[in-house]
Amino acid sequence: MNTLWIILTGALVAASCGFLGCFLILRRMAMLGDAISHAVLPGIVLAFLVSGSRDTLPMLIGAMVAGLLTVFLIQSLHQSGVKTDAAIGVTFTALFSIGVVLVSLYTQQVDLDLDCVLYGEIAYVPWDTWQWGTMDMGPRAVWLIGGVFLLSLLTVGLFYKEIKLCSFDPAMAAAVGIPVLFFHYLLMGLVSLATVASFESVGAILVVAMLVVPAATAYLLTDRLPVMLFLSMGAGILSAGGGYLLATWLDSSIAGAMTAVAGLLFLLSFVFSPRYGLVAKALARRRFRYE
Amino acid sequence: MKGISNASPLTVHDLTVAYQKKPVLRNVSLTIPEGKLIGIIGPNGAGKSTLIKAIQGLVPVASGQTQIYGKPYKQQRKLVGYVPQRETVDWDFPTNALDVVLMGRYGKLGWFRRPGKHDRQLSLQCLQKVGMSDYADRQISQLSGGQQQRVFLARALAQEAQLYFMDEPFAGVDAATEKAIIQLLTELKVQQKTVLVVHHDLQTVEEYFDWVIMLNRRIIAAGPTQEVFTTENLHKTYGGRLQHLGAVLSSSPDAVLPEEEPL
Repeated sequence: MNTLWIILTGALVAASCGFLGCFLILRRMAMLGDAISHAVLPGIVLAFLVSGSRDTLPMLIGAMVAGLLTVFLIQSLHQSGVKTDAAIGVTFTALFSIGVVLVSLYTQQVDLDLDCVLYGEIAYVPWDTWQWGTMDMGPRAVWLIGGVFLLSLLTVGLFYKEIKLCSFDPAMAAAVGIPVLFFHYLLMGLVSLATVASFESVGAILVVAMLVVPAATAYLLTDRLPVMLFLSMGAGILSAGGGYLLATWLDSSIAGAMTAVAGLLFLLSFVFSPRYGLVAKALARRRFRYE
Repeated sequence: MKGISNASPLTVHDLTVAYQKKPVLRNVSLTIPEGKLIGIIGPNGAGKSTLIKAIQGLVPVASGQTQIYGKPYKQQRKLVGYVPQRETVDWDFPTNALDVVLMGRYGKLGWFRRPGKHDRQLSLQCLQKVGMSDYADRQISQLSGGQQQRVFLARALAQEAQLYFMDEPFAGVDAATEKAIIQLLTELKVQQKTVLVVHHDLQTVEEYFDWVIMLNRRIIAAGPTQEVFTTENLHKTYGGRLQHLGAVLSSSPDAVLPEEEPL
């Protein structure tokens, strides 16, 4: 049973991050995901300090506020003439460092382990259960990331055509009256939520891999956005399952193994993708030469 | 059609646009007649693209008003079609030609509704009009530059607008695409639509456009092509940069262009 919970948590983390990551990649904002995943740290710490507990809700709110603040700061810096990559670099390191300082200052008051924040520990997930009245509802992490996953699916499902147009052609989207900036913040808000919900399981560093790698894998395999969205979730789920097996076999970190499998899947599609893979390209060149 | 009164398709009153304090457009005022093909010409940095973006509220405006058929743009979005510069989007986006044309329907559909059968049929017709019906299922990165431009035009057609803004549709396209665009413009004119085209090639201005707006941060001249497309106005618009003016006006093929096409 515990095995199942761990794999389910990993799969939900990978699927929601992969799904949202597609839009990050398509808007060439993969590094913004990186920034958000680090910059939510001070939000979480402040939420701990204010609420004095490890309750889910204050944590989510703290992370969301910090994530949106990151996006806002990057946007503002960029608009006043700082290059995007520099703006991202400055903003998230500044916020992350505040988080690190806060953790080290209040380490007595808050039961928050920096190692856990950075690397996560998915193996503990099954024991941290949610008690509803007297009932044991199963691991808290599953509910949390599951909720975020459903919320992401619902949001993108409802606003699919708006989000697609904002990603492909923001100028046209603005011209027909779609609030481009609102959707930008909406997506980044979801990324912040997914990040914080994935935090305890895979940690701040590997969450970036989950945001970028499955989506990049899916991008190589298809020319259709809906297919890409499904493939990214599939690649994520496969990484979670395969990663767990790998970790038990090697007796290593589960989150690390999941990411390694995600990387392996990317490598496979990079080499063998039917249209964009190295093999397909080499074959096409060869055909061309002989004709 | 709903929302159309006797008012002019587009009036611009005292429009000023500034990027970081430096004015790009200064005190631009215009009244555009209905059913004309209108070229917007001027040197690089004259604010041609900025003008059509400012009218559609895509760049912040320092002062001034614009009206589409007598009302503010925000109330009249559905009457306006837009063809942005081809380079502004990522053509590696995972989608096909028909899907891009369908995006032209999004404005009319409103929230939560998905494009239906009617929208698909209309979009296919629009692709046909630009000679691209064979490429409906083609991934957009697999299209040539000219074909991509035609997909963009088809998307604007799918918007079923009354007033069109096109940002350099002729830039870097092949002969077939150029012909397709001209055919399309002629058809739009027959349907009494008004089309504003940002244009670079001075040699073809007289051939393509009934009306011309000559712009260099302010309006130099605007009116029927025969009246305002004169040596004197070209000098005023392009300053010393235009050296082969006589050649341009006589449409000689070896006339030297006053500027490089931006890549």
